[in-house]
Amino acid sequence: MKNEFPEVKVMGERAILIEFKPEINEKLLDKILFHKKVIEEHYIKLSVEVINTYSSLLIYYVSDIEDVYSEVLAVKGLLDTPNIPKKVNSLLYQIPVFYDPGFGLDLDFLAHQKKCSVAEIIRLHTQPVYTVYFIGFLPGFLYLGGLDKKLQISRKEQPRMEVEKGAVGIGENQTGIYPKSSPGGWQIIGNSPVDFFDRNSTPPCEIVAGDKVNFYSISRKEFDEISEEINLGNFQLKREKYEG
Amino acid sequence: MKAEIEVLQPGLFSTIQDSGRFGFLKYGVPLSGNMDSYASKMGNLILNNSVNSAVLEITQMGPKLKFNASAKVVITGADLSPEINKIPIDNNIKYTINCGDVLSFGKRKSGCRAYLSIKNGFKISESLGSKSWYEGISDFSKLEKGMKLAFKSASSSFYAAHAAVKINSAYLFQKELHVFPGPEYSLLNVTEKKLLAVTEFSVDKKNNRMAIQLKESIDNNLSPIITGPVIPGTVQLTPSGSLIVLMRDCQTTGGYPRILQLSDEAMNILAQKVLGDKIFFKLDSTFIND
Repeated sequence: MKNEFPEVKVMGERAILIEFKPEINEKLLDKILFHKKVIEEHYIKLSVEVINTYSSLLIYYVSDIEDVYSEVLAVKGLLDTPNIPKKVNSLLYQIPVFYDPGFGLDLDFLAHQKKCSVAEIIRLHTQPVYTVYFIGFLPGFLYLGGLDKKLQISRKEQPRMEVEKGAVGIGENQTGIYPKSSPGGWQIIGNSPVDFFDRNSTPPCEIVAGDKVNFYSISRKEFDEISEEINLGNFQLKREKYEG
Repeated sequence: MKAEIEVLQPGLFSTIQDSGRFGFLKYGVPLSGNMDSYASKMGNLILNNSVNSAVLEITQMGPKLKFNASAKVVITGADLSPEINKIPIDNNIKYTINCGDVLSFGKRKSGCRAYLSIKNGFKISESLGSKSWYEGISDFSKLEKGMKLAFKSASSSFYAAHAAVKINSAYLFQKELHVFPGPEYSLLNVTEKKLLAVTEFSVDKKNNRMAIQLKESIDNNLSPIITGPVIPGTVQLTPSGSLIVLMRDCQTTGGYPRILQLSDEAMNILAQKVLGDKIFFKLDSTFIND
């Protein structure tokens, strides 16, 4: 039947895509993460990786799917598992950001556009508890939901050839941190000294889908101190259990 | 002495690749791996290596490599006029290289990517479970002058006899790409589907390990999608109507409609195409997603 969610679609020879109603909200994220866990537990001995985005799950197989039809049926069966509302164990991370026009190249522009002070921009950006929906685009790039509507702004007309590592930006209704330098079109309002991806750590990315983050404003001095601690390997992100 | 290959000249773009990095998509890490997995597999088979042994993927213009120990090697995939000490050699045949020999490449005759496999494989450190080079993940991101690649020198007495491996090189010239419908295929209208089926597309200048853009465009009446998963072989339809085929180093998520999905074989064929080469899509509707 059409338009009945979730839809199970075959994506070539080694992936199955499960599409939920195309929306962005936390209730859907919880539901998706629940099904993700069920699927991961089912495949524990097989070679698959399950990833989620806002409204999809992708099951990626290490080799070609042998029997596509029975695999699709099996996945549909797994999705029928009753959705037992269970609190996901998420963590709330505190992310230091140096909001400064030197780093935040578009900070003044944003304040001007929004007809408010830089201090007000910082207040609005540090206030919400953001939800980590998933990681994509670049290794360690968090897709965050929860940006204050007042801070929404369109992307730059001419994307920058290089946005600095750690840059904190806003694009439409999203905000995020560039985990490494990359071309990018978001309006940059600050910089975080934190490493969001470390290939030598296990896992390479501490924050995962379903976690929460909160930004806090730091001074230049604190920025330098944290950078120094990171270099020495002494820095640990502040985190606590998130109870909602 | 450590058996090593010294890079005298790096050529255009070469990387070490194996079958890729598995289990890190959730952190946004690309799968990577050989662009033409058929060619790399054949090279390893000819040498009796494990099929996933790391190989050197060489793009269009090959490097100049000096061996400081003897080695058994084979080159598969594109024909980039390989030579040992300036004497031409053939693809798909194993050769013994002696200490001090220089392996180099000349004019491109066919294909885009050649694979240098070495008996017992390269001794390259793994990062996140794979030897494949990818900037920011592995120690190196491309072959550079003066670099030294360690390998395990092969003594001929350990060289096991095996049945001849039959190589089919016809795919290097094949234009037809076997594809499946992508998640948003069904949203295309009749005209767009028809255009997709009859248009002969050509490879644009924007083509690398991340993606291969096609020059010709089709009408696009689709809206962008909420950012969703993409994988190597996903064909995205951009707002301008041009097509982007995602390749092995592609991002893990994307926001353009995913209209087609290449078969593994089609990815190998496309990996061997250079600027201006023609391709067309042959849709397999074995599994129609409704």
